[in-house]
Amino acid sequence: MNITKTDTTYDTLHKEFKERIDKLKKLPQMDRKHSIEEIIEENGFSRRDFMKWAGAITAMLSLPSTFTPLMAEAVKVADRLPIIWLHMAECTGCTESLLRSANPSIDSLIFNHVSLEYQETLMTASGWQAEENLENAIEKYKGRYILMVEGGIPSADTEHYLTIGGHGHTGKESAHHASEHAAAIFAIGTCSAFGGVQAAAPNPSNAVALSEITSKPVINVPGCPPSEKNIVGTLMHYLLYGTLPALDVYNRPKWAYRLRIHDLCERRGHFDAGEFVEQFGDEGAKDGFCLYKVGCKGPYTFNNCSKQKFNQGTSWPVQAGFGCIGCSEPNFWDTMGTVNEPLSNKLYHTTFGGLGADATADRIGLSLLTATAVGIAAHAAISAYKNPKE
Amino acid sequence: MNDTNQTVEEVEEKVEEQPQPKSPSGPKRVVVDPITRIEGHLRAEVIVGDDGVVQDAFVSSTLWRGLEVIAKGRDPRNVPLIMQRICGVCTYSHYLKSTMAMENALGIKIPYNAELVRTLMDAALFLHDHVVHFYHLHGVDWVDIVSALDADLEKASKLAFKYSDNPIGTGVNELKKVKETVAKFATHPQGLGPFANAYWGHGTYKLTPEQNLIALSHYLKALEMQRLVAQMQAIFGGKNPHPQSLVIGGVTCVMDMLDPARMAEYMVKFKKIADFVNNAYYADIAMAAEMYKGEASVMKPMGVKNFMAFESMKVGKNDYLFDSGIIMDGDISKVLDIDISKITEDATHSWYKNDKALHPYDGETDGNYTGFVDGKSVGSDGKMIDTKNIDPEGKYSWIKSPRYDGKSMEVGPLAGILVSYVKGNKRVVKIVNEFLEKTGVPTEALFSTLGRTAARMLQAKLIADHGLTAFDNLIENLKVDQETCATYTIDKDKEYKGVGIGDVPRGMLSHWVRIKNGVVENYQAVVPSTWNAGPMDATGQKGPYEADLVGLKIKDITQPLEIIRIIHSYDPCIACAVHVMDTKGNKLSEYKVDPLYGGVCSV
Repeated sequence: MNITKTDTTYDTLHKEFKERIDKLKKLPQMDRKHSIEEIIEENGFSRRDFMKWAGAITAMLSLPSTFTPLMAEAVKVADRLPIIWLHMAECTGCTESLLRSANPSIDSLIFNHVSLEYQETLMTASGWQAEENLENAIEKYKGRYILMVEGGIPSADTEHYLTIGGHGHTGKESAHHASEHAAAIFAIGTCSAFGGVQAAAPNPSNAVALSEITSKPVINVPGCPPSEKNIVGTLMHYLLYGTLPALDVYNRPKWAYRLRIHDLCERRGHFDAGEFVEQFGDEGAKDGFCLYKVGCKGPYTFNNCSKQKFNQGTSWPVQAGFGCIGCSEPNFWDTMGTVNEPLSNKLYHTTFGGLGADATADRIGLSLLTATAVGIAAHAAISAYKNPKE
Repeated sequence: MNDTNQTVEEVEEKVEEQPQPKSPSGPKRVVVDPITRIEGHLRAEVIVGDDGVVQDAFVSSTLWRGLEVIAKGRDPRNVPLIMQRICGVCTYSHYLKSTMAMENALGIKIPYNAELVRTLMDAALFLHDHVVHFYHLHGVDWVDIVSALDADLEKASKLAFKYSDNPIGTGVNELKKVKETVAKFATHPQGLGPFANAYWGHGTYKLTPEQNLIALSHYLKALEMQRLVAQMQAIFGGKNPHPQSLVIGGVTCVMDMLDPARMAEYMVKFKKIADFVNNAYYADIAMAAEMYKGEASVMKPMGVKNFMAFESMKVGKNDYLFDSGIIMDGDISKVLDIDISKITEDATHSWYKNDKALHPYDGETDGNYTGFVDGKSVGSDGKMIDTKNIDPEGKYSWIKSPRYDGKSMEVGPLAGILVSYVKGNKRVVKIVNEFLEKTGVPTEALFSTLGRTAARMLQAKLIADHGLTAFDNLIENLKVDQETCATYTIDKDKEYKGVGIGDVPRGMLSHWVRIKNGVVENYQAVVPSTWNAGPMDATGQKGPYEADLVGLKIKDITQPLEIIRIIHSYDPCIACAVHVMDTKGNKLSEYKVDPLYGGVCSV
């Protein structure tokens, strides 16, 4: 969010959104009989609940509360957008994450309302019937559906390491075909956004990101898995703007991935005070001290976990005492070093690919993170002296 | 019939041997790909005779990612998190077994508190997995959603009391709402969304409209329950999927363990899901058992009657909910001990290079994809169409074929329940006997698709009834001991070997590691779905999936519901099943660490 935005800017934005929604309203409706309000009511929610939810989403997208009624309007036109969800080289964790928002949460109602036309984990039909559903949806909603893809995509001479369907089409062919006619494309999860775990060295299946196999713009929603709020929020953003959201250098929506985990971390006070967990299970761990010295990658990771948390706010890795592993960053398996050690430590030697952790750390050192990494490490070292408990 | 491959010819010979009316068309091939409502990418191909009986069957996994290859050369502390990404459904299983393998290798004994917290997270996984599997993945194989529209509400509400003393979600008001929801969904101009183009009205659906409505109400309720159980795991795991609180040596969630409000939150949620398991899940399986016990396609005796399970779910000192052992050839008079040196893996029909028999630690891990062959199979309209088919003579799956003493084995909740039952595990004997008595089903009926589905529920009930024993013991122990993580060092000059093994929701899982120069030298995972879904071995012996499909009678070859039902009953997890293993015929015992069992399952 641009905090310097003036009221005039918001007025313009508000006007743009309104026009966009009015335009969407004119599109043929999929379901003429049931409005979202009816559906929400039938599921035991009041209009108030709905507006509360719309308000929360508005705040999450860093928009002022005056946008809440517009957000509610946008949700109402959401039923014009069918969704096709494809599984590539993946673990189904992103689908599972989506399931966590399941009934009776309003998020899931929105999804039901949006209409999941093809989703292999959830759909009843198999085999030819499943394939028909996909083809029908692409044909029927050409240029209007949202494509969500989970998983990395095997490519090059190992493209056939993933095939889907009786005709043996490769995952790449299938994803490319579906991309061609999509209104918008979201890469859900780190695998689809950046290649993910299977693309870690030596990448035996030559797995690549979705953006590598289509020339169309792809919005990356990384995380392993991303929270369902980030998925729904991205969808809402698309509905409002009708264009890509403001993206960072890795095509991640800024509203979700703008800040570092470290910036809003609940343990930040301990970092500033120089109070660190030195070893898992020590007194510092019991007191909730900062996890930097046991490997937290929060200072180098851009995501909203520290604010949104997971499983309806139940917890997040830092709260559970582990620290961030940097899972929404590209190639984090190869670039973030050892999970339980600070990134700046070059103590541990690994040998894979002839690179080793030293080489990896050096490569990181060349990147923009240098200043941060050095600064953070210096702070950790200096504040240890300051810490009376040390 | 243009399909001229060897198997079809063989099949045709067989048909001739058994005098049957000459068919005009001969056996037909049916390809089911993708099989949906599972984790991963799976294809089944069957050869069906004119009598509708499956004569031969082949199962193929169509994705390979190579995570063990990626693990090599990495810091051992990073590897459990990488292995966790094998699967987001079994999101805790691989993380746990991989961490245990490292601890076993490094000779670490983790604190008792950590063992118990790990069990509490495991209990959440089992309860989550089994409930989601039955209702959201397998459920619509048994429950005809469209039929529920014809249900009489009063009758259905009363009927629910037949299966539970305290039914859940079956008041007339609640059922009315469910029915209306479905009615609206069914008349939606956009169709049934994810339920579209399915097998509604298929002749092998056996529940009455009222029973379908009861189960459907639980389907919706279960969506809510699974979210709750995921929260239960996240209390100690930080998030779900992919919890993140295990480290080599113990757990990191000490703050949550020492917070009474947090502990109470777990307990309250546990009781809610336990109630759901006992009064919805149990009731629905009892109902399905009653109605399906005469349905041949789910009562057909299974093809492989060898079972293997491994001790798991530590709830107290030397107290586990599941036992270890083997049952061979359906002989439930005795349980044999597992001798891990008898485990081998065969890759005759798997897409890996396996020409040279190398030591597992040096084993080649390169893929050798030979693909499918051009052929014909039955399309959705019943006409033969051009497809890519499995070549049964060649390689046809990314899954390998594990064998015990040369035999195919089934692993999973059915194996776990049977082994513990025959061993006389008191908790299990009570639960199984009660169920058999209530449903009037004989013990032998457990050896079927229905039995497998029922055993999964019985395992969930076992955990629902006794999982909190671990919770109580944790509370007691925390009063005197607050250790949560052991310390250790990795000596770069030493070589380590270790294994983490035990039953997870889909059956016996083992992770094998060798550490050298302070990094992972070799890594292997032998996974439940590999045991169950593997292709034929060198001798032509089939794995449980394939063997179970042979002899199955299919009503309508364009509507492969019976095939899907059998395969779903195993709860396939195909991303898990696909792994690089050692080369053909090599013994896993060569990973053996002494003492193998002494320290292996300390967790």
